[in-house]
Amino acid sequence: MILSTELKHLESYHFAVDEIGAKERAASIASRSIKGKSKIAAIKMAVSMIDLTTLEGKDSDGKVKALCRKAIRPLDGTDEIPHVAAVCVYPNLIAPAKDALSGSGVKVASVAASFPSGQSPLKLKVEEVKKVVALGADEVDMVISRGAFLEGNHDYLFREVRAVKETCGEAHLKVILETGELETFDNVRKASIIAMLAGADFIKTSTGKVQPAATLPVTLVMLEAIRDYYNETGRIVGMKPAGGIRTTKDAISYLCLVNETLGAAWLTPQFFRLGASTLLNDLLMQYMKQKTGVYQSAEYFTND
Amino acid sequence: MTFKEKSASGKKLSLNGDERSHSTQKKQGWEYSASPESTDHIQLRKKYDLFIGGQWVKAAKYFPTINPATEEKIALAAFASNSDVNKAVLSAKRAYEKVWSKVSPKERAKYIFRIARIMQEKAREFAVIESMDGGKPIKESKGIDVPLSIAHFFYYAGWADKLQFAFPGKKFLPVGVVGQIIPWNFPLLMAAWKIAPALACGNTVVIKSAETTPLTLYKLAEVIEEAELPAGVVNIISGAGETGAAIVNHPEVKKIAFTGSTEVGKIILRSIAGTDKKVTLELGGKAANIIFEDAPIDQAIEGIINGIYFNQGHVCCAGSRLLVQESIKDTVVKKLKYRLRSLKVGDPLDKNTDVGAINSKEQLKKIKELVSSGVDEGCTLYQSDCTLPERGFWFRPSFFTNVAQSNRIAREEIFGPVLSIMTFRTPKEAIEKANNTQYGLSAGIWTDKGSKIFKMAGDIKAGVVWSNTFNKFNPASPFGGYKESGFGREGGLHGLKEYLSFNE
Repeated sequence: MILSTELKHLESYHFAVDEIGAKERAASIASRSIKGKSKIAAIKMAVSMIDLTTLEGKDSDGKVKALCRKAIRPLDGTDEIPHVAAVCVYPNLIAPAKDALSGSGVKVASVAASFPSGQSPLKLKVEEVKKVVALGADEVDMVISRGAFLEGNHDYLFREVRAVKETCGEAHLKVILETGELETFDNVRKASIIAMLAGADFIKTSTGKVQPAATLPVTLVMLEAIRDYYNETGRIVGMKPAGGIRTTKDAISYLCLVNETLGAAWLTPQFFRLGASTLLNDLLMQYMKQKTGVYQSAEYFTND
Repeated sequence: MTFKEKSASGKKLSLNGDERSHSTQKKQGWEYSASPESTDHIQLRKKYDLFIGGQWVKAAKYFPTINPATEEKIALAAFASNSDVNKAVLSAKRAYEKVWSKVSPKERAKYIFRIARIMQEKAREFAVIESMDGGKPIKESKGIDVPLSIAHFFYYAGWADKLQFAFPGKKFLPVGVVGQIIPWNFPLLMAAWKIAPALACGNTVVIKSAETTPLTLYKLAEVIEEAELPAGVVNIISGAGETGAAIVNHPEVKKIAFTGSTEVGKIILRSIAGTDKKVTLELGGKAANIIFEDAPIDQAIEGIINGIYFNQGHVCCAGSRLLVQESIKDTVVKKLKYRLRSLKVGDPLDKNTDVGAINSKEQLKKIKELVSSGVDEGCTLYQSDCTLPERGFWFRPSFFTNVAQSNRIAREEIFGPVLSIMTFRTPKEAIEKANNTQYGLSAGIWTDKGSKIFKMAGDIKAGVVWSNTFNKFNPASPFGGYKESGFGREGGLHGLKEYLSFNE
């Protein structure tokens, strides 16, 4: 058994978050007016940070391969748009994704640990992660046991994340808190800190299967936890809001949030990701609008 | 305990090195491009005459009003002489006796609603002019000053025909001619706070804008013209201290409403001693913003920022004294330093500007003088390392640590973006320190514990006590001070009382 003596560090963090204040601050940052050059830079940055995601029961090799093509070259006919950061799939689809993305620089991320509910024994979760890593996933997006956390079993959460992290080896670990089920910002902050103490490389808001998924205020609360953890330990943990981010305006608001809460060091795909699927086409559409001055029909952008 | 300061500082997010260093190094990363609010739609005259008796009346003298962010002249405004003031008061008196006192309350309400609606149509224009004339960020004039001003007109329009329900069983009449003198920090908003309840209660008005910010009041005069308010019901003039004195001393002015400095408030009180004039004074402040160790700290930091840097600190209820519990002092100071990095100082018309220009050269001088007194008295100054524009009046968002209650910066109102940070150990000490000031306008309390909020709010002698927030205003909520912060309340039902004379 892993002894979680490190969890005693939890005591050095405060956990009160004022919901109204956090929402107000997030709204204020979201009202930044991003125009001209800074908008074009933001669009490119956002594309490069996308974890292009498909997490459906009906996903097949063909579907994933098409998605990978889009991930590597989001906009045909130009190299101005970078490739996305990663493609995020279920474990069964790691192999085709790996195959389609080889040599492209786009990473393969797989969900794991009994996604999306997290309701299975720790042993099985660890087994699953082991398999996922063996299949070649560069990144593992695990879900936490929200039930255990809400019961007050912080120790279990810590041990769970720690065990998965140890199993991951070289693979990057993103820990999905499923903030929609944690409900309060105090809970979100506490779960964020526990996940980081246990070794998370990234903390992530949602599976996308529960509403509400990512919101600006919940992301702000997690970014502030990341900042406090960094100040304590000097270790940079990344952030991934996921689910419900559909428009360029949303994406830019998230970038402003990172920029003003954590600073430029985090504004890279290494430390910030956007878990999304439909967002990419809106970014491309807005990019063309910025370049040409006019909006193009949605038919000009591929649906993959 | 919350997070600790580590000795190894290499990897820290906080600014390193000398506390006063203004590093000039270019910030890395993604910068927001300029996003200026358009000014094409603004209609400004080159020269503003006095608005008396529904007419634009020429004055003998005019003075320039400048944009504090560029030092460029925007327009000329009339300097009302004693005889102009006399003209304005007599026109208000005539309008009261002949017209306004005979208009039914329901009709009065219609006029006020009409003013509010026309203001809504011109909201953007009002916001841009307010920012040009006063230096405040467009984000604030558009998001706070203008909508809140309009809300005051709507709110008091609603009361006009319901006054007997506000004061059931009481008999009352309007006061008659009221003289109103407003400051330069929130010109349009202060005009709305004063004109709206005065009209709702059936009075007529002579109002004077501050010397540095006459423009939005004259825009309001245009709205009043457009609303076809009977001539002389609202008279709008501009000038300096002597103009204000002429209003105060005019025998036909039955009530004075003043917002401004404590110093002038005292002069007003002296000059009306022995008369039966009613008076409300809304004066200076040195509010305590109290942060307990169990507070939501990241939100408290926003409350500190909003409390002291909102409107460049030109706010009478600004949270200019930060009282922080000793156990979290280091955490709060460190987070505050970090937060100052993302505070954007510059062009007030840029939509991303957080802190604009200091209202006038004179005010900038006053701020600098008080800040150097703080340095001379041994307090530690920390300033934002932002780049300031070359022209115009600017002051870096600043705060002092190592401050004692007896330092000038802890006692005197700076009225600029300068915070004084002090500590306390127990709630009792916090209350003692918060109340140990000649002012009593506002205060803030930050704690996650509800019972503590109620206990503190009851014991702090301040007109407004905010909990887990700061600088929130609403027309339904009364505002006013204790001690040398003045007396009388503006806003809400309390605000009506000041504009009526009661016959018991």
